Amino acid sequence: MSDDFFQGYKGDALETLKKYNVRVWGQADIHTTRGAFSGTILPRSENDDDQHIVMKIPTGYNVGIDIKTITDMVETGYKKAHYKIPEKEFPYTEHLPSVKLFGTGGTIASRLDYRTGAVIPAFSPGELYGAVPELADICNLTTEKVFAVFSENMGPKQYVSLAKAIGREIENGVDGIVIGHGTDTLHHTGAALTFMVQNPPVPIVLVGSQRSSDRPSSDAALNLMHATYAAGHSDIAEVMVCMFGPTSDEYGLLHKGTRVRKMHSSYRSTFRTIGDTPVAMVSRKGITHIKKEYNHRRKDRNVTIKPYFSDKVTMIYYYPAMKPDIIDSLVDAGYKGIIIVGTGLGHVNKELYPAIERAHQKGVHMFMTLQTIWGYVHMFVYDTGRDMMAKGIIPAGNMLPEVAFIKLGWVLGQTDDPEEVKQMMLTPVNDEITEREPYNGYLVYQGGVPGVEEFVKNVRK
Amino acid sequence: MKKRFDPRKNYEETKKAIGYVSRKEATQKDYDRIGFKSGLEVHQQLLTRKKLFCNCPAGIFNKSEDYDAELIRHMRPTLSELGEYDGTALMEFKTRKEIIYRVKNETTCTYEVDDTPPFPLNREALDIAIEISLLSKLNIVGEVHITRKQYLDGSIPTGFQRTAIIGVEGEIALRHKKIRLIQLSLEEDSCREISDIGHVRIFKTDRLGMPLIETVTYPECVNPDEVMEACNCIRFLNRSTGKVRTGMGAGREDVNVSCRGGARVEIKGVAHTRWIPELTHKEAFRQWALLALRDKLLKKIADPGQWNISYEYLRHHALTFTCNAINDAKKNGNQLLAVNLPHFKGILSHFTQEEKIFADELSDRLKVIACLEKPNMTHSEELSPMVCEDDLKKVATILNAGEDDAQIIVWGPEQDMKTALETIEERCRMAFEGVPNETRKSFEDGTTIFERVLPGADRMYPDTDSAPIPLEDEHIKALGRNLPEEVAERYRTMQQWGIPEDTFIYILRKNLFPLIRRIVTELEINPKFAGTFLGHTLKFVEGHYTPSATFNEKIIYALFAFLKKKGLDIAIAKKMLPLLYEYPKMEFESVLTTLKFKHVPEKEIVSRIGTLKEIYEKTGRKNQPESAVNWIMGELRPIAVGNMSLKRLREEVEKQVGVAKS
Repeated sequence: MSDDFFQGYKGDALETLKKYNVRVWGQADIHTTRGAFSGTILPRSENDDDQHIVMKIPTGYNVGIDIKTITDMVETGYKKAHYKIPEKEFPYTEHLPSVKLFGTGGTIASRLDYRTGAVIPAFSPGELYGAVPELADICNLTTEKVFAVFSENMGPKQYVSLAKAIGREIENGVDGIVIGHGTDTLHHTGAALTFMVQNPPVPIVLVGSQRSSDRPSSDAALNLMHATYAAGHSDIAEVMVCMFGPTSDEYGLLHKGTRVRKMHSSYRSTFRTIGDTPVAMVSRKGITHIKKEYNHRRKDRNVTIKPYFSDKVTMIYYYPAMKPDIIDSLVDAGYKGIIIVGTGLGHVNKELYPAIERAHQKGVHMFMTLQTIWGYVHMFVYDTGRDMMAKGIIPAGNMLPEVAFIKLGWVLGQTDDPEEVKQMMLTPVNDEITEREPYNGYLVYQGGVPGVEEFVKNVRK
Repeated sequence: MKKRFDPRKNYEETKKAIGYVSRKEATQKDYDRIGFKSGLEVHQQLLTRKKLFCNCPAGIFNKSEDYDAELIRHMRPTLSELGEYDGTALMEFKTRKEIIYRVKNETTCTYEVDDTPPFPLNREALDIAIEISLLSKLNIVGEVHITRKQYLDGSIPTGFQRTAIIGVEGEIALRHKKIRLIQLSLEEDSCREISDIGHVRIFKTDRLGMPLIETVTYPECVNPDEVMEACNCIRFLNRSTGKVRTGMGAGREDVNVSCRGGARVEIKGVAHTRWIPELTHKEAFRQWALLALRDKLLKKIADPGQWNISYEYLRHHALTFTCNAINDAKKNGNQLLAVNLPHFKGILSHFTQEEKIFADELSDRLKVIACLEKPNMTHSEELSPMVCEDDLKKVATILNAGEDDAQIIVWGPEQDMKTALETIEERCRMAFEGVPNETRKSFEDGTTIFERVLPGADRMYPDTDSAPIPLEDEHIKALGRNLPEEVAERYRTMQQWGIPEDTFIYILRKNLFPLIRRIVTELEINPKFAGTFLGHTLKFVEGHYTPSATFNEKIIYALFAFLKKKGLDIAIAKKMLPLLYEYPKMEFESVLTTLKFKHVPEKEIVSRIGTLKEIYEKTGRKNQPESAVNWIMGELRPIAVGNMSLKRLREEVEKQVGVAKS
């Protein structure tokens, strides 16, 4: 296992370590043309160059040494580090609800990795408890690692195995389910689980974090507390995403899995319900309902698991002067369903019409969604919209593009009949298309406007 | 009848027993006796346009009440890279503070509030840090690694400071010795605290993220004056580059102090260098006192492991305290808790600092760790008692206390009492060990109070958001070519020039040396005059006049250039400076007009000497030549200043009056 001694080092740097017989985690004195350095040799991130050696100096800082400057190097000791969160057995408390936490990887369960220098999904959910002891006051928690993948690597296979695992847990009598998940595709999974796990008797709460749990300001702990509270105590038996409401550590929001979207690359309060209000607010003190209509918690275990998905579905984001060969090539590649993300009320240019017709003739199912994110597809307003409908494109109401993509995959996993596909797509499972958009369903305020500034200053958003 | 215990007497006796002397009386012998040892961490803001990890402007500050948004965060401890929780981290977690940030849009973006990852490191700041590292003779690293240094006090919204080592193992030269440097790091500055009351701490984010360097010395200073000298030396070195910020808060020092057998205690954020001697003196003796206190305790208590506190909640109605603080606490629905400390009689009132006793160490920690605002406790050995002896007796009875015990009464909200009790017990147990490692907050009188548990190296871990930055030899060499000369070298040059030494501190502090050199070399002005002009005249004017616009050194250079061009004598610069300082935009000609200056040729001034001599002789005053010279000089000085050298004029007068040259 010689590799283990030189974790992450390659090329010239690796040769240098070998030459002087110095290992990773070894204490070393290094003499260089820039003077002497001493400290512990650290593993090197795999993507960094092979011209430097990383060491932790006695004051705790890391520095890199340019190997070209090294004149001598001696290992004076060796101490391997152990990176471990105190893992405690979760205490059982009578009368608290039982909640199952499924680990899938992602930022809510992560730690530092020396190979890549990055954050990797590796904390066991048990360790998570060691870091967030408050969970014991909220519920009796059991955990299971279903798989460990980055959020962006989540896909149909994972949706299916999650749906099945959820079905099993519900049958086992759990009071609520929490799924730890990376945030990038949290809303895709939210949609997928809504379609695959129908009529659940308990809350199913997806949660992630925007700041990794290896940092003191992480939102992971509070999100986890909110999610377990919602899963164990709330009356809302739906698939939901639970993430920060404001950027402040104040409360979380429960969003429907079919109406939620990640709206900022790094903000804590990145998840927003689009075209509607969130279902509820959650804090450690309790749930505050926002929507009056929701599916209530039940004692029965009558859940329907529909673990289907076809990967012959794709999505195109329309841009001006898009060429028909884009659609042709997708059809030729064998795709059976295309979600078009159109401009305005749901438009593409005329140039695409022949390709759309061809796709329709070949039995490809096409649905129109919106780049505007907010609002409904309205293909009756202009002629072009009516033309496209005639050519086989079906408007998908106010279904979010990502949700439409997931739903079409799920539908095509079950049927290929055009009428049936259309009917299933346009019949909402849980508000992926809503009949009405409330006035406060679209709130994107403009910074700088005096009233908004006043609001931001006083309401801590 | 048993003699009453007198806390004041005990305080005085214990103060005497440890051999406390004031700094004025202290000699090197005293510092050697207690093994005084001290080192520094000198922070210096760099003069860059932007902040270190984002594109917000640096150096723009706002008032505490002037903000655009507020947000709330809490900090949780995490594991460091080497797998340990840091002591400070756990303490801060215990305090459960709600942290509020006041954000001003102009100076703060989503990076500062930790909603956006860092942008690439500011290269301008990096280069300045490398230059100062080279001046400090540090070994420059091959690759800069951004490290996260945890701060759970909320002073940085991420919960850590992004910081990077630029060089290690350097040295600075004091007058009589060298002090070695451990390292120099480049880091982002923290928030400024607005308030910290109970469980709420408020910060503003204007300063947050500004580039800052920290120079750390080995603890090699052996007396308080040496610490100040080392501090000045580092500050002057930083300023000699002309690339660092000056003014309030731009340079701040943390001072590490210990005595023999003591522990490293860090006095944080010393605002003025002149505070350093008194602070380090008092801290070394505080530690010396704690060691004496420990010995006393160990004599009384054979097995500290068996030592335990006991406590009782006092029902409010049971006792009628006459003390306002307790009555207020009662009114606010606070809990009252009595604690018995077995065998602590004479310990609570043990001397620690001037007018401070061991009990203050408990009260300070209760404020910080249990978030109990002061006054938060009283006890059986107060120097100025808060409650009457009768009440104390009652409390002792409730606690079933022994004759040699001491009692504390602490009050606060119910939810904080558990932490309060733990805090009291923990600090008392530390007394058996000696001096706790801690950071302390400084006051102008030289005393300090507990601020935090001293963090260790365990709070560092790599910043996964930033890639390492290689430093090529070429680049370092290029930066090395433009360095200013060493401060010691400047010191020597000024000595050679005959500039009075009492101006040096001011000149180096303001980095005026380059200006003097320019005036001397380019304008060929007498260096002694230039040095005195800046070190005495400018310093005086600065202290007595308020400028209406920004006054900068360029004006002084231009002034001398003007005088030279006009062929005026430089002595008039001293007259012009106050006006110029007040009105930096005033033209030099207008200054002269305002001063009612008239151009008179030297020849004409000299020609008046004869007439004046006759007048003097006619008045028949003292017939001594010196008196005549002085009188004539007095008459001529107003027109001579600026028109000719007064020295030359005196020579001329002496010649005509007939004074023998000595």
